Amino acid sequence: MFDIPMQSLMAQLLVGLINGCFYAVLSMGLAIIFGLLNIINFAHGAQFMVAAFLAWIGFTQLPLLLGPEFKLNFWVALVLAPLIVGALGVLLEKTLLKRLYHLDHLYGLLLTFGVALVLEGIFRHFYGISGASYDPPALLQGGIDLGFMFMPIYRGFVVIASLLICAVTWYLFEKTKLGALLRAGTENPKLLQAFGVNIPLMITLTYGFGVALAGLAGVLAAPIMQITPLMGANLLNIVFAVVVIGGLGSIMGAILTGLALGLLEGLTKVFYAEASTVVVFVIMAIVLLARPAGMFGKEK
Amino acid sequence: MGNLPAPIRVLLMLLVPALLVPLFPEIAYPVFVMKVLCYALFALAFNLLIGFTGLVSFGHAAFFGWSGYTTGILMIKLSGYGFPVELAILAGMLVATAIGWLIGTLAIRRTGIYFSMITLALSQIAYFLAVQIKWTGGEDGMQGIPRGKLLGLIDLSVDNHMYYFTLAVFVAGFLAIHRIVHSPFGQSLKALRDNAPRAVSLGYDTDRCKLYAFMLSAAFTGLAGSMKTLVLQLSALNDVMLTTSTETLLMTLLGGLGTSWGPVVGAALVVSLQNYLAALGGVVTIITGLTFIVCVSFFRRGMVGEWEAWRRRRNSQPNPSGKAHNASLKKPTTPLTATRTPT
Repeated sequence: MFDIPMQSLMAQLLVGLINGCFYAVLSMGLAIIFGLLNIINFAHGAQFMVAAFLAWIGFTQLPLLLGPEFKLNFWVALVLAPLIVGALGVLLEKTLLKRLYHLDHLYGLLLTFGVALVLEGIFRHFYGISGASYDPPALLQGGIDLGFMFMPIYRGFVVIASLLICAVTWYLFEKTKLGALLRAGTENPKLLQAFGVNIPLMITLTYGFGVALAGLAGVLAAPIMQITPLMGANLLNIVFAVVVIGGLGSIMGAILTGLALGLLEGLTKVFYAEASTVVVFVIMAIVLLARPAGMFGKEK
Repeated sequence: MGNLPAPIRVLLMLLVPALLVPLFPEIAYPVFVMKVLCYALFALAFNLLIGFTGLVSFGHAAFFGWSGYTTGILMIKLSGYGFPVELAILAGMLVATAIGWLIGTLAIRRTGIYFSMITLALSQIAYFLAVQIKWTGGEDGMQGIPRGKLLGLIDLSVDNHMYYFTLAVFVAGFLAIHRIVHSPFGQSLKALRDNAPRAVSLGYDTDRCKLYAFMLSAAFTGLAGSMKTLVLQLSALNDVMLTTSTETLLMTLLGGLGTSWGPVVGAALVVSLQNYLAALGGVVTIITGLTFIVCVSFFRRGMVGEWEAWRRRRNSQPNPSGKAHNASLKKPTTPLTATRTPT
């Protein structure tokens, strides 16, 4: 059982690391949104999916509809899709979500869940469930031989880009003036408002930012994962377990838990492949028994 | 009849047309009504948790599906040897309760949204097990499950016999849940829902209350799952999936959280809707999602809840002025509004 070739161990670890990157970016977005809005964004997976679809539509469908000059490549999509998804998020917050803040946060959960279903249904209706594929940009195709393993360039790019996104977001929230305001808003929004900070605007933009992060992850995932209406929902189930383990209290906690669980999932795939789909849930159960508040948890 | 509680009076009134259903299959097809009754029982069990305890579970499909599998496999393998159908149903309920104990023990360690996320994650394990284990039939599910004979005498393969049996189980389940909700235990659940810190300070063992409520809900969900398996004579992977949990959530929300009849009304609506729209695929998902959004944004009390609130307003205000109307609208009467604990 233990004489696993180095090559396949490394390959699975890389897959695990990439999954871990997506878990990290998504659970970070959930944590940011939860901090200020006190809701768990059930539409996070659907927003991730929409961004992936937007990238694909821009690349393959738009040229068919409007002519070849409208072909939007990966780099354009990487900027545009998160912006569009984030703007849709702002619209959602402005129209529906903000009416629920005075209620129990479970209503926010139910509302965003409804939004997730609508988005999934729309894409299912137009594009079916079989899914589409998307080629990585020409610049990032091919791979390099690292000696101990073969590394597709695009996958390396995803890891570096995700880690960069995490680092920038962490810096933004923990080290800047804006971040200090946001953290103050998480602790005591009323007091901060008394100091003249526009809390409703801050909440709206925070939601938009969290959603845009999901969108960014979605575009990054488009060339790796099969693009289907349910790609986000399936991922979100695991991200929820990650969030339960890591807690929604800290951004660094979300990042570290996401990466660690992705790697662990990859390792499980090497030694006992059947269990890899449930290993995160099992770990969640163990953590709940041993440390009910989660690894980095302060119960909210 | 005058001094019976309102929900029981409604039950007695509805029982008359319900008993006549098999005589007029062209108006209401018995198998369809049976399906509605099973899902109504499922939603009632779900409401016991969300409506009266304030806990939102995304894992009820695990109870529903696995009780169905249990009843199904017992009937397929053993009904030839005269295995009683009552025991198969009971076994389904027991399995559901056991899974309820497992998931409940873990989930009640956290509150609010964490609770929901834990139930969701753990029900994924139940789903993966259903895919992995051979005898559940995996993607194919189980088909042609025999219904057996009730008390060894009444042949349930006759649809009309099965209909009256299902109706009897539904009525028994409805009464039992009504009894639980209005028992001292039910009152302590409501206390827990409305003000958990106060319930703790009064000396209630809140974790135990929650766990019992969760297991009771799981047990009735199991009953509904077993009955559904017998009615439709099949058990599918779909029953263990997240969509089944959320469908029930929709039924309960649409009908009215924390009302006695809301889940039944919601179940009737959703099951009929699915019957007519089944061929539309993605559109059903869109409609379901929109219903969630509309319910949460505009009528959080649900249909039965709004109706009851309207009647209360009419009774308390003989000539309603605009002012009083507005005041009563603002009053938070939805069951979950009060559960946000101060931090």
